[in-house]
Amino acid sequence: MLQKIYDWIDERVDITPIWRDIADHEVPEHVNPAHHFSAFVYCFGGLTFFVVVIQILSGMFLTMYYVPDIENAWKSVYYLQTEVAHGQIVRGMHHWGASIVIVMLLLHTLRVFFQGAYKKPRELNWMVGVLIFFVMLGLGFTGYLLPWDNKAFFATQVGLQMAEQVPIIGDELKILLAGDEEIVGAQTLTRFFAIHVFFLPAALFALLAAHFILIRRQGISGPL
Amino acid sequence: MSEEKQQVSRRQFLNYSLMGVGGFMAAGLLVSPIRMAIDPVLKKTSSAGEFVNVGLAVEDITTTPQRVDWQIDQVDGWYESKPGRSAWVYKNEKGDIVALSPVCTHLGCVVSWEGSDKHQNEFFCPCHDGRYTKDGVNIPGTPPLAPLSVYEHKVENGMLFLGKEISRKGA
Repeated sequence: MLQKIYDWIDERVDITPIWRDIADHEVPEHVNPAHHFSAFVYCFGGLTFFVVVIQILSGMFLTMYYVPDIENAWKSVYYLQTEVAHGQIVRGMHHWGASIVIVMLLLHTLRVFFQGAYKKPRELNWMVGVLIFFVMLGLGFTGYLLPWDNKAFFATQVGLQMAEQVPIIGDELKILLAGDEEIVGAQTLTRFFAIHVFFLPAALFALLAAHFILIRRQGISGPL
Repeated sequence: MSEEKQQVSRRQFLNYSLMGVGGFMAAGLLVSPIRMAIDPVLKKTSSAGEFVNVGLAVEDITTTPQRVDWQIDQVDGWYESKPGRSAWVYKNEKGDIVALSPVCTHLGCVVSWEGSDKHQNEFFCPCHDGRYTKDGVNIPGTPPLAPLSVYEHKVENGMLFLGKEISRKGA
């Protein structure tokens, strides 16, 4: 039945080459842990992406309950954490995943760094990777405020004070992030929500696409 | 006019025109969203810093710091609230009114005048034993690295009004 549906579509739009192109590629022996166990270090990039997918999915479901409003944000998080079946698990996935994704990303970066895999011709992909790192940190920073509890509030106070220390544009940068000169409040929360849920994920998708296209075009770096 | 005409082919002309029109449309599309996003930076109409009557008559201010608590009208976009503020108010030797913020410049705890029996005539922070002299200057060797902030003040009809909180540079 499924085969028939696939054939019906394939006959009309020829989709086989599309997924072949994406999925069908050789894994060289030196990156295959089945051959050399130490090759597990090559898994960290893929694991980072795997956790990112978890973050996207769990985050999508969290927004079914979450409201970015200072009166209700904390209450909505408390509700989904205590009253909604499995809400605790979904928020737990997003909470712990946020830390794990940074860990995986750093391990991936260390592997690329110590193997020298960033060298010509892959410098551009290293730069894209660094941008992904910054976007991830931004996601962590903006997401931290959203529960609107004391820890979130004061962590953001500190983060905004750090932004204020940037030379020349520091003051403007802080107001741009906080939405107000003095107050970390209603406008800060909506801004951080928008940045966390729309702006940075959009940037992340674009950068990840570039990262993956580059690695497929250039191939994985050779053995040491 | 030179004999050699700068030839612009029909294709080039159309390319440039389309790029120009396309660029113009893209720019037009982005103007309003970007202006909207940076509005707080350009507007700068924070309600913080307006002078508020703190309910203390000037004649009641002594040379001993006393704590005053008051509320400010805070407007945060569409959200209005009345958060509390506090200050230690006294008259110094010259007879000038001084209003110090009680927020410790170390990690933000609340300091008290003579908050410790061991340290007379000083502000004391209970969290990490931070100390300040009467004029709010941090005492070297204690955790805070900057003096206590001061509130701008003015006197109207014999009542004390406090305004913007001004942080002071580290000693």
